[in-house]
Amino acid sequence: MKITLTVNGEAYPLDVEPRRILADVLREDCRLTGTHLGCEHGICGACTVLVDGEAVRSCLMFAVQCDGSSVRTVEGLAGPDGEPHPLQRAFSAEHALQCGFCTPGFLMVAAGALEADPAIGDSPERVDGLVGSNICRCTGYEPIRRAILRAAREQTEGERDGGNR
Amino acid sequence: MKPAAFDYVVPRTVPEAVAALGDAGRKAQVLAGGQSLILEMHLQRIRPELVVDINRIAGLDRLSVEGDTLRVGALVRHSVFESAQSAPGPLGALFARAVVNIAHPPIRSRGTMVGSFAWAHPASEWCAIGTALDADIEVHGLEGKRVVAARDYFHGPYRTARRPQELITAVRFPLLGDDTGVGFIEHRRTHFCFAQVAVAAALTVRDGVIGEARIGLVNCADRPLRAGAAERALIGVEVGPPVDGHRLPDGHPFAHAGRIAATQDAAPLAEPFADVEYKRHAIAVLVGRTLCQAANDQRSRLAQPKGDHK
Ligand SMILES: Cc1cc2nc3c(=O)[nH]c(=O)nc-3n(C[C@H](O)[C@H](O)[C@H](O)COP(=O)(O)OP(=O)(O)OC[C@H]3O[C@@H](n4cnc5c(N)ncnc54)[C@H](O)[C@@H]3O)c2cc1C
Ligand code: FES
Ligand code: FES
Repeated sequence: MKITLTVNGEAYPLDVEPRRILADVLREDCRLTGTHLGCEHGICGACTVLVDGEAVRSCLMFAVQCDGSSVRTVEGLAGPDGEPHPLQRAFSAEHALQCGFCTPGFLMVAAGALEADPAIGDSPERVDGLVGSNICRCTGYEPIRRAILRAAREQTEGERDGGNR
Repeated sequence: MKPAAFDYVVPRTVPEAVAALGDAGRKAQVLAGGQSLILEMHLQRIRPELVVDINRIAGLDRLSVEGDTLRVGALVRHSVFESAQSAPGPLGALFARAVVNIAHPPIRSRGTMVGSFAWAHPASEWCAIGTALDADIEVHGLEGKRVVAARDYFHGPYRTARRPQELITAVRFPLLGDDTGVGFIEHRRTHFCFAQVAVAAALTVRDGVIGEARIGLVNCADRPLRAGAAERALIGVEVGPPVDGHRLPDGHPFAHAGRIAATQDAAPLAEPFADVEYKRHAIAVLVGRTLCQAANDQRSRLAQPKGDHK
């Protein structure tokens, strides 16, 4: 089936079988291997991407369902000049990754939430809900929670300082 | 494993979807949120020949109040109910308390409430709430529309009164009055598990006396249950002063109702990490606690000015 996916702003005209999940199409057809697959059961969250701004499990969506949609993956987080996204800087500063397998999923679930509600840092229970969405076998979660809070804080402070991030 | 090959159609209207499902030559499955279906297709426990994706049918995402009922269309996602304002009064509060137990934000942004009714997992929070509140399920087939009451709808794990060619277009809930307090408490092993036991409660209290009680039991049988015997034991009972559900005295009417629910209403099935005895104990404790939560909710609702409920 012929579809068009817009991934990180770039249009990808594709011909895919309906049975293929979004994660596989992103990795194999679009060659964007930043999106990881852990369980393929919707549990681990490593495959989380944004579809039309909303965080979803790309192992529980068929690529054909996203025809005409705009998808954002971890490759689309950094600025055009390669400048890391505030979340990426915060993950680095807080040591929120070790092996890094889970990191793209955590970054995307956090990016979706931060964009939908820049004040999310003010509701710790919602941040806990995000951190609890995905599985990390290395860090013990606490540094991830701190990193998300740090990025949220930076973002709101940046806005207060006149909008320069 | 990966899903096996299938044909894929994207109807734009309910009649188109029903016509596609009515294609007798092929085993068809509706695709709503896909958060149960695609997992089952990965495991190849479900291998449809035709997948009917209803996500582009206009109007199915509507959530509306019609008279004294709330109508939840087939594309209303779980995440909508995270706000207690999604439905008026205590019903919205009950949904908001329950929904946070369903999976995680990225699954709640796709999965639908109606999909949960279609899937009919015995541990579904929505299905037990629908059973306790006497929800109605609207199904469309080639012969037109019919409405099935929740009490007649669930036939067992993943088994319902819906025929394979039928599409569920909506589930309708009666609104709850401001004299009703609600509670929802869930017990699970880890964040990533389904409920071992969960309880929904709605208590209608007039002049300090319980006039109506509704108790929904999640994963306490092979299907969602309404705890009728426990409810009857509560009618006419004075709610009395607030109590801490964690320290409920044995003689308290809520503790009594919990024991009745556990022994007379529930028919728990043994699961790994939760045998029948354990589940009965958990049911008794959780019913007591949830009733305390509902009674406290009703008290705080009384204390608030009308129309300003959270
Ligand atoms: C990691 C994880 C954890 C989860 N935890 C929970 C939990 O704690 N509690 C819980 O209740 N659920 C849980 N779920 C399941 C989730 O709530 C699903 O969203 C829900 O069970 C089904 O809704 P859906 O819209 O995704 O349906 P789909 O997956 O699209 O469909 C499920 C089934 O229902 C049928 N169907 C769907 N909609 C209709 C319709 N309108 N008419 C006719 N048939 C229809 C489909 O054909 C399919 O057979 C979890 C899922 C995952 C992946
Ligand atoms: S790979 Fe999608 S949730 Fe684990
Ligand atoms: S950093 Fe290794 S799994 Fe999270």
